[in-house]
Amino acid sequence: MIPAPFDYLAPTTVEEALAALGQHGDDAKILAGGQSLLPVLRMRLNAPEVVIDLGKIDSLRGIRDDGDALVIGAMTQHSVVEHDALVAEHTTLISKAVEHLADHQIRHRGTFGGALAHADPAGDLGAPALALEAQFVIAGPGGTRTVAADDFFVDLFETAIGEDEILTEIRVPKHTGWGATYEKFVRVAHQWPIVAVAATVRVEGGTIAEARVGLTNMGSTPLRARAVEAALVGQPATEDAVRAAAAHAAEGTNPPSDLNGEAAYRSHLATVLVRRAVLSAAGSS
Amino acid sequence: MTRINLTVDGSKVSDDVEPRMLLVQYLREKLGKTGTVIGCDTSNCGACTVHLDGTSVKSCNVLAVQADGSEVTTIEGLAKDGELHQVQKSFRECHGLQCGFCTPGMIMQSVDLLKENPDPTEQEIRVGLEGNLCRCTGYHNIVKSVQHAAAQGGAQ
Ligand SMILES: Cc1cc2nc3c(=O)[nH]c(=O)nc-3n(C[C@H](O)[C@H](O)[C@H](O)COP(=O)(O)OP(=O)(O)OC[C@H]3O[C@@H](n4cnc5c(N)ncnc54)[C@H](O)[C@@H]3O)c2cc1C
Ligand code: FES
Ligand code: FES
Repeated sequence: MIPAPFDYLAPTTVEEALAALGQHGDDAKILAGGQSLLPVLRMRLNAPEVVIDLGKIDSLRGIRDDGDALVIGAMTQHSVVEHDALVAEHTTLISKAVEHLADHQIRHRGTFGGALAHADPAGDLGAPALALEAQFVIAGPGGTRTVAADDFFVDLFETAIGEDEILTEIRVPKHTGWGATYEKFVRVAHQWPIVAVAATVRVEGGTIAEARVGLTNMGSTPLRARAVEAALVGQPATEDAVRAAAAHAAEGTNPPSDLNGEAAYRSHLATVLVRRAVLSAAGSS
Repeated sequence: MTRINLTVDGSKVSDDVEPRMLLVQYLREKLGKTGTVIGCDTSNCGACTVHLDGTSVKSCNVLAVQADGSEVTTIEGLAKDGELHQVQKSFRECHGLQCGFCTPGMIMQSVDLLKENPDPTEQEIRVGLEGNLCRCTGYHNIVKSVQHAAAQGGAQ
């Protein structure tokens, strides 16, 4: 199928894009890499009157070092993030997650900001963004504001980005020297996870000094496994200690039941994947 | 209608297209390049894979207007001066196809894969082709074809 007809705008600056959004309001839809939006339009699940393509706005692309954080432009393609040396060194968890997101062709087009703005609870980037306490920079008619990861994900496919706003960049605090693993459980290749766990830890002399754990597809938004994080701190990075902490993985979650698995199955899976992810992250730090 | 200018298989083209037109439709219906095929409605199968500015994309998941100003290479533009690309030769040599429907996409993705990694392991080939489905399930010979192409210096 092909999309319903729409008008197409390709602004070259964020200001022009915001003006177009302001003019067309909720008749308009932002197009980033199109890897989630185009399937939606082709299935006619949505039929905007105007599509505003951000593809010609160069300032939204690229990754830069900003002292204690990396700044990733919203329109930076997954394949660029995947192979970026700064990302690998300072926010290893993101490298690990993006490596297994979709397939090569999709990663060449899909963007970091697009995936986060899409806010699919099964999307692979939300849990790492939460675990690394990323900050979302959002431009609107009144200027720019910054939203913490905890407040960014609101519900299924819903974020803090307003209808007249554009996500411009994501600031990710550096976690240099932290070990990281993204454990993604899938039944078939190049698909969204049934459950996935994003874990990053700082180990000091065999003891877990700090831990951050994010969960994918365990509720209507990505979630932080705070009970696990608290239970890990001060523990030795051993199988028994990590297993005990991982038992808290499903606390406070509300996993879906669907063709891929019942909620109870996902809750169990979360404990297994948290154990694997944390042990592997601790081993790699 | 929106005016687009791009280069397809080495030739400059210019057309007025509806913004909703998919790149794959443009290639097939406007330019008659039916070598690129459509195998699904969900952007899963990879049969429509082409190169956009040198990297592989699923042309059913790109609008023709998004390709404005770009260079597109399809399976029809891979052979040079009447000589097949090494990856095409290897698919023929190793019988890397059964019905042949997935083949244009498999070959385009294999070329991309070898450009990034000229000497891949079997596992790296399988992962590199994960966005391409073969309904005849002929994966074994597809992997062999890519190994053959790599051994012949197919990255060029
Ligand atoms: C076959 C297939 C397999 C996939 N597998 C996975 C997978 O395993 N894991 C995974 O996480 N994802 C997967 N995806 C989705 C992929 O990650 C998409 O690239 C991503 O979700 C969307 O990024 P995009 O740049 O293509 O955004 P688009 O599709 O262009 O946009 C997505 C949504 O976000 C909005 N938006 C985009 N950018 C902005 C912005 N800067 N400001 C405000 N709003 C914005 C758009 O309006 C739209 O609603 C898959 C997709 C396909 C087709
Ligand atoms: S036709 Fe494009 S991925 Fe199937
Ligand atoms: S050869 Fe028939 S689909 Fe692959």
